[in-house]
Amino acid sequence: MLIYEQSRPGRRAFAQAPKQRPALDGIPSELLRGAPPALPEVSEMDAVRHYTRLSQKNFSIDTQFYPLGSCTMKYNPRACNSLAMLPGLIGRHPHAPASHSQGFLACMFDLQEMLKDVTGMRRVSLVPAAGAQGEFAGVAMIRAYHEARGDKGRNEIIVPDAAHGTNPATAVMCGYKVREIPTLDDGDVDVEALKGVLGPQTAGIMLTNPSTLGVFERKITEIARLVHEAGGLLYYDGANLNAILGKVRPGDMGFDVIHMNLHKTFSTPHGGGGPGAGPVGVSERLVPFLPVPMVGFDGHDYNWLTAKECPQTIGKLSAFAGNAGVLLRAYIYARMLGREGMARVAEYATLNANYLAKRLSDAGFDLAYPRRRATHEFIVTLRRQAKELDVSAMDFAKRLLDLGYHAPTTYFPLLVPECLLIEPTETEAMDALDGFVEAMVRIKGEAEATPEVVKTAPHTLPVRRLDDVRAARELDLRWQA
Amino acid sequence: MSNDVPTDLKYTKSHEWVRMDDDGIATVGITDHAQELLGDLVFIELPEVGTELGAGAECAVVESVKAASDVYSPLTGEVVEVNEVLADAPETINQDAYEEGWIFRMRLAAPNELDALMDADSYAEHAESDEH
Repeated sequence: MLIYEQSRPGRRAFAQAPKQRPALDGIPSELLRGAPPALPEVSEMDAVRHYTRLSQKNFSIDTQFYPLGSCTMKYNPRACNSLAMLPGLIGRHPHAPASHSQGFLACMFDLQEMLKDVTGMRRVSLVPAAGAQGEFAGVAMIRAYHEARGDKGRNEIIVPDAAHGTNPATAVMCGYKVREIPTLDDGDVDVEALKGVLGPQTAGIMLTNPSTLGVFERKITEIARLVHEAGGLLYYDGANLNAILGKVRPGDMGFDVIHMNLHKTFSTPHGGGGPGAGPVGVSERLVPFLPVPMVGFDGHDYNWLTAKECPQTIGKLSAFAGNAGVLLRAYIYARMLGREGMARVAEYATLNANYLAKRLSDAGFDLAYPRRRATHEFIVTLRRQAKELDVSAMDFAKRLLDLGYHAPTTYFPLLVPECLLIEPTETEAMDALDGFVEAMVRIKGEAEATPEVVKTAPHTLPVRRLDDVRAARELDLRWQA
Repeated sequence: MSNDVPTDLKYTKSHEWVRMDDDGIATVGITDHAQELLGDLVFIELPEVGTELGAGAECAVVESVKAASDVYSPLTGEVVEVNEVLADAPETINQDAYEEGWIFRMRLAAPNELDALMDADSYAEHAESDEH
């Protein structure tokens, strides 16, 4: 129910009412509205109850285990919120001169340095305001690099078929043609197929490592060599950085550009609670093209580096330097962890994933890549259950909601039929993982004994099974009284 | 596999079907097996009439609530007609993949390419083993 539907003429919430009438001097009369806006008229208690109820309908990391594969939904430490909201930080105006922002700029400079260090890249820009913008910035830099060299014939970006859907979309946004290459049965990129598509038209390749199949790409150094020999560059999609944080560095694998999802790996709020942040890091050859403004340090003062200092930059991506509040939270998270803590993130993320994979496998579930060690996530395929019991991965996902678990990623990657992509993250304890296994085992039992219970789930949530087909075909987002 | 595979059509590995009509024009669609794997379709991007297609070229997109998939031209030729009904009623493919759910018609530049496509038996076997 919308708050508008609770409106009764004359009701007021005085706590929300303006203390004084704002001054409207100087606004031309034709721009002033004649009638008050159509806001809901509710009491303070109505408003409090409405929004409290709405918040209780949420599935969130603050209330439930949220094993959403390739999304790294981990706990957001409260210390990051408290410290990022210190008055000196939130009171700072984005137009304040650098001389009045030394504290904030010092945090941003240190964050650039820490991200550089943990990814093995030469330089980092914090500008991109989300993962998708980070990808765009990354491929735009690849384009700028080839153009600056007068190398105009490179019009293709290679993308493995296991890639995130954003990768081919980014390549197309940047004006490239997409060449898809297949994945072998063990989850590695098909290197022979890669050799077949590399050539003078290759601008670069976009890879996620570990891949969305939850396995580490074992031939990465050979892939890097082949792509570089063909004159192309390597793009690292940082979606799965959690698995290797502090352990292996994309720069050492041979990547030229990486975007990092701070809202995943660095635990800033994520998924409707955003906004995100998608900083980019680059190897030596792409340094001149990084988006501005970045933060520089001359040994004494911190200052903004703009197009004046970086004439070959691909430019600005937003009015200011990215989402400052998100960047601050990531900075605090990184400082709390330290170098050793970052390595522990990767160790526990992979330990949790492998523990969960082993327990589910022992409980009779099929792993998509049973011969491979899982990274921070792994895939269960319910193809057998779908065939024998006519109960699909989507049915399992919906039933998990009833049992208090957010569903894993479903039907992605596309390569694996009836799949659940499960990522527990390092912030869950063993008993939470055991609870998830019990829930999966219970649903399996139901699928065998009383399949209707699973096929018509969820039963206990504010809304039942949504008609997503009709929502897509007849999308209607307008509220009408 | 439960789906019937019409014996008068030719098939590709990527799950398109081709029917040669009496006027020498080929009609192209996706198979019943393909629509079943995709689930309820919500959007079809049709090719433009007049487009010259090479065999294996991406020529249309079928999108369901699960996934978006490219449709590949089975043969070389020019698009002469598209099934406009699909723009408003993509579910036609779910309901009747082989008749009302056709996607486009093409004039073939190299009719002998037809010989390289699969017949119903080979396609049924391929669909059974492919699983996705």
